[in-house]
Amino acid sequence: MVSHRLLVRKLVLICIAMFGFGFALVPLYDVFCRYTGINGKTENTAAPASRRVDESREISVEFLANRDPAVPWSFAPEIPSISVHPGQVKIVNFLVENLSGVATIGRAVPSVSPGEAARYFKKIECFCFVEQPLDAHQGKAMPVQFYIDPDLPSHFTTITLSYRLYNNTPQTVGR
Amino acid sequence: MSTENSNVLDINNDHHADERDHKPKGITRWLYTTNHKDIGTLYLLFALLMLFIGGSLAMVIRAELFQPGLQFVDPHFFNQMTTVHGLVMVFGAIMPAFVGLANWMVPMMIGAPDMALPRMNNWSFWILPFSFFILLSTLFMEGGGPAAGWTFYAPLSTTYSNDSTAFFVFSVHLLGISSIMGAMNVIVTIFNLRAPGMTWMKMPLFVWTWLITAFLLIAVMPVLAGTVTMVLTDKYFGTSFFNAAGGGDPVLFQHIFWFFGHPEVYIMILPAFGIVSSIIPTFARKPLFGYDSMVIATASIAFLSFIVWAHHMFTTGMPVAAELFFMYTTMLIAVPTGVKVFNWVATMWRGSMTFETPMMFAVAFIVLFTIGGLSGLMLAIIPADFQYQDTYFVVAHFHYVLVTGALFGIISGVYFWIPKWTGVMYSERLGQWHFWCSLISVNMLFFPMHFVGLAGMPRRIPDYALQFADMNAFISIGGALFGLSQLIFVWCVVRCMRRKGEKASTQVWEGAHGLEWEIPSPAPYHTFQTPPQVK
Repeated sequence: MVSHRLLVRKLVLICIAMFGFGFALVPLYDVFCRYTGINGKTENTAAPASRRVDESREISVEFLANRDPAVPWSFAPEIPSISVHPGQVKIVNFLVENLSGVATIGRAVPSVSPGEAARYFKKIECFCFVEQPLDAHQGKAMPVQFYIDPDLPSHFTTITLSYRLYNNTPQTVGR
Repeated sequence: MSTENSNVLDINNDHHADERDHKPKGITRWLYTTNHKDIGTLYLLFALLMLFIGGSLAMVIRAELFQPGLQFVDPHFFNQMTTVHGLVMVFGAIMPAFVGLANWMVPMMIGAPDMALPRMNNWSFWILPFSFFILLSTLFMEGGGPAAGWTFYAPLSTTYSNDSTAFFVFSVHLLGISSIMGAMNVIVTIFNLRAPGMTWMKMPLFVWTWLITAFLLIAVMPVLAGTVTMVLTDKYFGTSFFNAAGGGDPVLFQHIFWFFGHPEVYIMILPAFGIVSSIIPTFARKPLFGYDSMVIATASIAFLSFIVWAHHMFTTGMPVAAELFFMYTTMLIAVPTGVKVFNWVATMWRGSMTFETPMMFAVAFIVLFTIGGLSGLMLAIIPADFQYQDTYFVVAHFHYVLVTGALFGIISGVYFWIPKWTGVMYSERLGQWHFWCSLISVNMLFFPMHFVGLAGMPRRIPDYALQFADMNAFISIGGALFGLSQLIFVWCVVRCMRRKGEKASTQVWEGAHGLEWEIPSPAPYHTFQTPPQVK
């Protein structure tokens, strides 16, 4: 009789490795999306300041704001769109107001469309980098400071920056 | 493949017949059994029971869809029916039936005395009833069972599900453990217990397809376990794998799920390819055409199954480059599958064919599975998929490959091998009745789904627009007839189990070749305790 132990051990190892691989897909997916810009994921950290401005063309940047029904806030960009030269730094405000009588913490998740342009969208400062707490009935203007990387391929003429606002108040998370 | 040797029956000289046939008595025989034939029988009967449970759930769906409007069940219960029907049929009927056939046939086909890990074999079966008890019990709980579809997409299964999710996850964990143990057993058996002379390229195709299936199972069932674990922690322990508010991504769920899910659909069809590859040569009385290419085609399909998963998610907003990649790899699968269909047809070409029930089901398998494959190719075309996505066209497609593909393959295998298992021939007259009733009703059931799907009827919705009413009434009647037709099958099987029928010979079928046809019918409780010599 051949000993089965060695083969069984190898097969168990494959199983454990594949179980791990399922979880490894989570960071892999994130890295892959960020690297290729698939899914419109942008770098969610501060970019260095722009070094040059390409005045030969203009890009139309459009803003979208929508919120999860669990956030009792109003949420809208100050202006629907803006025209910029690649490399030119702009600041745009997003206005929020807590419509409820309860203090709430919001978290905005950005997404850029078309996805291939996501990695050329550079944010120097953004309200989406951190959680945004609002007291009852408080309102504020949340700024995003950004520029478009001058290396942006020439076939892009319009870029949409979209935010979705989620409720991150501790007791409501995951429910 | 060629095992036409006469000295394999030397087991007859070494042991007394009664010693080979000694069986423990009573319920403990089944509870404690480590015998591959007993466990195979348990698996097959369990699968048959699950087929009827899953079928009853489907009939609730068809009753509700018989007329437009809401008649019998509320939409939430309807969703539970589609979900649990899918889970029961995939994990309770099709997969256990294949494992049952593997348990019965793989050791007998390769000349092994039993499965390599008999006690683990017992475990892998007896986990199943408990797992399904857990899953089905949720239907009777407050709030009902899982209702997110058998694909349990997040956030349907996380944010918007009720507490049946915990039961569902635990049940899927058990199912996964059971499948993994079953698959390991098959691999170890085939690697270590082949009879002397049973080289790789002499193995029957059923053994080959099951070996490849077992590797697929080992590779992807742990990924499914990981997916349901993430769903569990997202729902109960505050993680955010699939929750955008916490930095996760719901689309990630679909990637991980379908990384499991696509190989899974081949897990449910490759063993059927093996069964049909055994049956066609037997009744065409010719060796299988292109044995080597069959093995290579099976392995290629298995490999390709890992790089096509995103064709289930064309409408999630992938970049065009990724969509094209998944479209082309998906279409590439048609090549090895086409090789298989060609080989089956070439095997029948100029053969001395007879059309007993197993052959009828096998031929129907080839024709109807090909229809399912072609609608799959239509779905692979990206622009067309945007229209077909989530319509009844998809339902028609996967029922053609799973019912007239996998299930017909299993049924033909049961008719083919049941004389060997029980020692008596099934009733050919009943078998033919079963075949023709099933063939007509299954096409009444699933073929019109193509049309309502192309016309835009969405799946998983309990109500529909009025113009689909006649078609849906027709489909529901087909469904009821198909369900009733399976009672003839039960009748056939029970007759054989009660040993009613003509006694079967050792070879059973005139054109049958292979080790399993050289042991007496019914197969003794212990076979090949001394390995046969394969030339």
